[in-house]
Amino acid sequence: MAEKEFWRWPEYRHTTPGINWREGKVISAGVDIGSVSSKTAIMVDGEMFAQSAMRTGSSSPDSAERTMNWALEDTGMTLKDIHYIVGTGYGRVNVPFAHKAITEIACHARGANYVWGPTVRTVLDMGGQDCKAIRCDERGKVQNFLMNDKCAAGTGRGMEVFADLLSVPIEEVGELSFTVDEEPPPVSSTCVVFAKSEAVGMLRSGWSKEKVLAAYCRAMAHRVVDLLNRVGVEKDFVITGGIAKNIGIVQRIEKELGIKALKPDKWRSDPRFDPMLAGAMGAALFAKALYERSKGQG
Amino acid sequence: MMKANYGYADGSGQYYITLDTDKCDGCGDCVRACPASVLEIVPNEFDIIDGGDIMSVREEHRKKLKYSCAPCKPTTGGGEPPCVTACPHGAITHFLSSAKGQVM
Repeated sequence: MAEKEFWRWPEYRHTTPGINWREGKVISAGVDIGSVSSKTAIMVDGEMFAQSAMRTGSSSPDSAERTMNWALEDTGMTLKDIHYIVGTGYGRVNVPFAHKAITEIACHARGANYVWGPTVRTVLDMGGQDCKAIRCDERGKVQNFLMNDKCAAGTGRGMEVFADLLSVPIEEVGELSFTVDEEPPPVSSTCVVFAKSEAVGMLRSGWSKEKVLAAYCRAMAHRVVDLLNRVGVEKDFVITGGIAKNIGIVQRIEKELGIKALKPDKWRSDPRFDPMLAGAMGAALFAKALYERSKGQG
Repeated sequence: MMKANYGYADGSGQYYITLDTDKCDGCGDCVRACPASVLEIVPNEFDIIDGGDIMSVREEHRKKLKYSCAPCKPTTGGGEPPCVTACPHGAITHFLSSAKGQVM
């Protein structure tokens, strides 16, 4: 029997019920090829219609095709029906069918504006291998952004490594990290490889895995709060990217900042608002704007 | 106005390279001045409709700026780094934001 892969987050596709895409005027799509996950958002007249999220493979063009085809599955729509496609994310220049590539920083701000509305001013994108703090206006246009050269610590990939090390399914990490009597001091290493060996030492000295998770979540939160404080946090504040689904990180960031994130659980009741797809959604909205402009309607 | 901030940290502290995109006209003087080929001129993807071209830190340098920028970083004693002095519009800054030991 194959060993359970605790790091493996659920890949999924979803179609919004009740939309007849054939009646849509503009069908646009965003394809976000990240270092860890690949996402597609297909919109009909600027509303989410179909989406998928899956693991990025070794080839960006293949990953782009797989996530797009999966999003299209069972919709009756084909690639040819989509008027305009924007690629974004680390692999944005390797989306073979994209008409244009746009940086994920602009796409996450625009996507956050779609998911949470025009009151969003600060977006923290916690991706697979890096984090970006973004300030935007009421239209979701970037005013200021900040990234740094820190590597995979404090990101999705780091969380995968810890889930695997501690044999905890990655979706349960957040909840489990709160089942400690007392919040432990954060893991001190900024490098995932060192943090992992630090965690092994903690386990050996008798720490429970819950306590180690708490220490790691706290370290991740602390690291991104530095980034946020430099860019300046103005409300409303939201978190995008896969880590936005980890309550253990989200609540620790809120606590350290002293500011609550806007409706971090919106996606649980409605998958259209999955924060992991914010970049793909922003790309789809830019695609719509670019198509309309090319037709002289914008 | 849009400001891009690319950060890096090494043993001496936290540094930032910043660009005011309103002042940048994409002339490329900074690109030619940088001895480590860190910079490039790209379409302004933050303003896709009428953004023109702007300076950007190349993707492949973003996670290793502490090495790429080490020879010219502002604490080496050589004054302002070449990317800053090369810009005719004062669009670029490159500075130590907090020395090691301070809050990063």
